[in-house]
Amino acid sequence: MTATGVTEKNIIQTIHDTLHDEMKRDDRMVILGEDVGARGGVFRATMGFLEEFGDERVIDTPLDECLIAGVSIGLALDDMRPVAEFQFADFIFPGFNQIVQEAARIRYRSNGDFGLPMVMRTPWGGGVHGALYHSQSIEAFFAHVPGLKVVAPSTPEDAKGMLIQAIEDPDPVLYLEHKKTYRLVKGDVPDERYTIPFGKAKVVREGADVTCVSYGLMHHFCLEAANRLASDGIEVEVIDLRSIYPLDMDTVLESVGKTNKAMIVYEDNRFLGVGAEVSAQIAERALFELDGPVVRIGAPHVPAMPYAPTLEHWFLPDPDRIEQEMRKLAEY
Amino acid sequence: MVPSKGNRVRSTMGGELSEGKDRHTELGLKEEDLVDMYRYMLTARFCDERQWALNRQGKAPFVVPVSGHEGAQVGSAWAFEKGKDVFCPYYRDLALVLVAGLTPAEVFMGLFGKAADPSSGGRQMPAHWGSRARNIITGSSPIATQVLHAAGIALAKKIKKSDAIVGTWFGEGGTSEGDWHGAMNMAGIHQLPLVLVCENNQYAISVHESKQVAGRVFRRAEGYGMPGIEGDGNDVLESYRLTKEAVDRARSGGGPSLIELRTYRFYSHTSDDDDRTYRSKEEVEAAKKKDPIPAFERYLSSVEVLDEHRIAEIREEVKTAVAEGVKAAEEADFPDPATAMNNVYADLPGEVE
Repeated sequence: MTATGVTEKNIIQTIHDTLHDEMKRDDRMVILGEDVGARGGVFRATMGFLEEFGDERVIDTPLDECLIAGVSIGLALDDMRPVAEFQFADFIFPGFNQIVQEAARIRYRSNGDFGLPMVMRTPWGGGVHGALYHSQSIEAFFAHVPGLKVVAPSTPEDAKGMLIQAIEDPDPVLYLEHKKTYRLVKGDVPDERYTIPFGKAKVVREGADVTCVSYGLMHHFCLEAANRLASDGIEVEVIDLRSIYPLDMDTVLESVGKTNKAMIVYEDNRFLGVGAEVSAQIAERALFELDGPVVRIGAPHVPAMPYAPTLEHWFLPDPDRIEQEMRKLAEY
Repeated sequence: MVPSKGNRVRSTMGGELSEGKDRHTELGLKEEDLVDMYRYMLTARFCDERQWALNRQGKAPFVVPVSGHEGAQVGSAWAFEKGKDVFCPYYRDLALVLVAGLTPAEVFMGLFGKAADPSSGGRQMPAHWGSRARNIITGSSPIATQVLHAAGIALAKKIKKSDAIVGTWFGEGGTSEGDWHGAMNMAGIHQLPLVLVCENNQYAISVHESKQVAGRVFRRAEGYGMPGIEGDGNDVLESYRLTKEAVDRARSGGGPSLIELRTYRFYSHTSDDDDRTYRSKEEVEAAKKKDPIPAFERYLSSVEVLDEHRIAEIREEVKTAVAEGVKAAEEADFPDPATAMNNVYADLPGEVE
């Protein structure tokens, strides 16, 4: 801890420390998932927890994601605060039925009689040689369903504030952690306890020429590309969505009103992804502000990210490609 | 470790429904209990007959019948403590949710989709029960999802060192779902205070048990480290006895049990199904000879708890109560579409997009 009350950390350390402090703070909180106990999580998010909090609050579950989701729902129904870890986002789908049919719909279907304060954490995204089944983006599947909140912080500061927000939230939250950013992205994290409300995008870099919207790893790539263009006098406004649902279109539209040009960068498949929604809402609500077509950069329409370095590079948007598209749009 | 005991997996089927011999006193049931149990069974049956008729009159779009299951449901539900224990039922459990506290009027509010439907305010199809005030956990249509919720609630009870326990009900078809196996596994590993009750009526819509279940449902308990008992679900006292043993075991820290109650559904799966396409009239008629309600009436007369006259009186009283429930629900308001955006989230306004 420094005198100014911040500590520099990477994202995984931030998540670990935040979970730890929340476990100490609220004894209703329970962590469950595969390898979260003895191993401390395959990414070490819960390292040391089993020893400190015991095996009733740090539960190594059977290898059954449907079980993880369904048991979390039961815990939340009995006023516990489950924080479930799905080891990789790619493996969450056996739990899809429990998450979308049960967790998302329980408040609505009971007309508010029941609610589920539960968090589902999972590492997502590519760029780690994870190939088809350790690289996926899953946000579109889940953000499609009203009743869930889906968030994807991209910095340590946001990771902490949004994780605490998720734990305090009265509804189910899918908390997406981009695994490439776990150790790559460092930043100052306030030592005090704080929350960051969902549905507030962040203008991370101001600019008058192009609005660039993204989240997760792509946010960092967009910043890098924008910084490169600045030397050529092109100023890109870079927005980190942070929260997929609720989606903060007001911040996006305000920026588009200023720059009159918009691009969205995401590593999920372009088709029916978050970028499609953002683009559609810009078209509906700001068509006459636009001086150029909305540009979407996303993954090509193949089932998932392939393994070989050449193929992975082909799949995943990178700062070079983003820079090119930014320049083209600025010059449009 | 799971203690190893003899006879952990066993069937009690094949016993005679002996009349004239008092079976209830040793179960701790008083005469008032028996009369109340009988009333709940009748209430469920008469609600069912009314809702089926309302469907045929075009007044109720969809009905999930209970008839045939009343003994298994009332007997098993009776073993739990209302106001403390938690019920995770499935859609056929009309008699069970009556025991848990729903009234006939509330059942028909749900049937018609009225705003005062306690389960969902008219949002869900009928028979998707739920009521926080009665510890009935909200259910859905996908099969066996509630069994995992029950395991999670039971885990919470164990963590809190509460003496409340959890019951969950499902058909034999539900035992095919991964959710069911996951819940059995979790319950067995953590020795959860959970009682799993299978109402085996031999048909999942049209698919017979022989095409649904490899081996036998109750025997599956062995693989998950818990006792598995099969019994006659048409016998309300036997259903109570077996479930009560499991409830007592769960409450005293002895872990979960699987109870398989064999029964039969007299009507089609729902009002949209036609059971004549997959089973014979003769089979249904034969099953109706084992109807749990007349069987219980014969028992009650033989032990001189109720005579014919009193039975006739009670039937009239229950019929009247059900008719009043129908009337109250018919007169109630439908939900206002202006409320349809409510309760998507606790703290976000609804959006129409």
